[in-house]
Amino acid sequence: MKQAQFEQQFSTDWHWLEDQFAVLEKLRPGEAAQDPRLARLPASYRRLCHHQALARERGYSISLIQRLDDLVLRGYRLLYRPRLPIAAPLKQFFLADFPRAVRAQWPWQLASALVFCLSMVLLWALVRQQPEMIYALVDAETAQQLEDMYHPEATHRSERDSNDDVVMFGYYIYNNISIAFRTFAGGIFFGIGALFVMLFNGSFFGAIAAHLTNTGMHEPFFTFVVAHGAPELTAIVLAGGAGLRLGWALLAPGPWTRLDALRKSAGEAMPIMYGAFALLVLAAFIEAFWSPRLFDPWIKYSVGCVLWTLLFGYLFAGGRR
Amino acid sequence: MIDDRQRLRTPEGAVLSLVPVGILPRAAAFFIDFLIRTPFYLAAWFVVLTRAGAGAGLMLILVFLLEWFYPVLFEVLRHGQTPGKRALGIAVTHTDGTPVTLNGSLIRNLIRQADFFPMLYLTGFITMLCNRRFQRLGDLAGNTMVVYVGGARHAVQVMNDSSAAPDWPATLDDQQTLLALLERKDTLSSARLQELSNFAWPELGAVKSEQRALDVARYLRGHT
Repeated sequence: MKQAQFEQQFSTDWHWLEDQFAVLEKLRPGEAAQDPRLARLPASYRRLCHHQALARERGYSISLIQRLDDLVLRGYRLLYRPRLPIAAPLKQFFLADFPRAVRAQWPWQLASALVFCLSMVLLWALVRQQPEMIYALVDAETAQQLEDMYHPEATHRSERDSNDDVVMFGYYIYNNISIAFRTFAGGIFFGIGALFVMLFNGSFFGAIAAHLTNTGMHEPFFTFVVAHGAPELTAIVLAGGAGLRLGWALLAPGPWTRLDALRKSAGEAMPIMYGAFALLVLAAFIEAFWSPRLFDPWIKYSVGCVLWTLLFGYLFAGGRR
Repeated sequence: MIDDRQRLRTPEGAVLSLVPVGILPRAAAFFIDFLIRTPFYLAAWFVVLTRAGAGAGLMLILVFLLEWFYPVLFEVLRHGQTPGKRALGIAVTHTDGTPVTLNGSLIRNLIRQADFFPMLYLTGFITMLCNRRFQRLGDLAGNTMVVYVGGARHAVQVMNDSSAAPDWPATLDDQQTLLALLERKDTLSSARLQELSNFAWPELGAVKSEQRALDVARYLRGHT
């Protein structure tokens, strides 16, 4: 059969398919799955594939082949749309997949946690020994601001209203989750970006805690951070570990090519990032609505202790059979 | 041949040909998306500056969502296309041609930060130049690529006219070459047509060789 006859015979089919694709492409994934037109798609798509193969085999013109190629690609993209079930996997994710993913990547998570904790302890010790060292890290103005923020007689703490809480909630979401995502992305540069964030945040936290202890404001400070610190610091360390996993895949890909190792590690790191995201939303919530409340210190310390215990119990024991 | 098409065979035996999208159209799509987001950023900035109570907190959340999840939302729910990509007729797919999944889209959009480093997507730009699919770091990690989709191609119209059988056993390659010449007849100047045809029939001279080439092409194409 020559091309002209081939085109004449089947062009109505192709026009019909084009119209179908145009309609189906506009539908949302959920609607498209319900649409009766989708049920007829596989058969007409197979016929289209057949036409494409014939056109190639018979050496028809390149423009005709390209036109059929485009149609095949559109049909393929419609047929292989990913399903998006959300609720059931979400339950499975939090009950089992997330803590399992964290444990499966323990070497990188441990490395990330060690870098964070060691730099924190080191700077804590340093600033406790030599209090003026804090000015090597932050300028005098910032140090003064910190002191004002945690001053026991500061008025802003008791006068804070619910609007401020919402503003701070938004700020913590925006700031902390962006930091976690950036930490992960920075890990792709052979882990350096993730390591840097761990070092920086660990040192900063240690130094500030030491400085506030030096100036006698440790109680307002620790009662403020103890509760939300559990999900927040854990999530940042987890994001750092996921970033290190990416960088390690490029440094030591093992039996895979570097590219394959990168893809594999990115796929494995995603559950951790979903989990870190959830933890940071929780942390922002606690930090905005619970941490600024002025309760008796022992109440705040016990709530903090319970949170730390629950979180680590969850990460170590969750999803084990 | 200089051709950046990626040809893939699907399990059902069809051939997918994916054309990766270069830097300029992608930058243009990014710019359109940026323009769409700008009013929201400005509104958020305004509300935060004027300290309109709880509204400022909600605006910060909005900025956060726009910054990180705007592309993810559209890529997953809108068939791989943000509004900017739709305007340019391009879409994100996995490298096997399947539509992008939530994981793939999230990976490519989280690692966008690394592509942006140190400024203006310099890392992403260099990475794109180093591989055949124009993938930036996020695409490499997420196993995704940006391809042209749905450029509505219309059937090329060819008039019935005189035709002549080839006087040699024409191969499929010969056939495709002549058909391509016939289909592009109207976009080529007459001098160029004659020059090209003259390669095949140098003994006939410019004018006659053009006639012969088109006749044979019409014969091979058939008539209706």
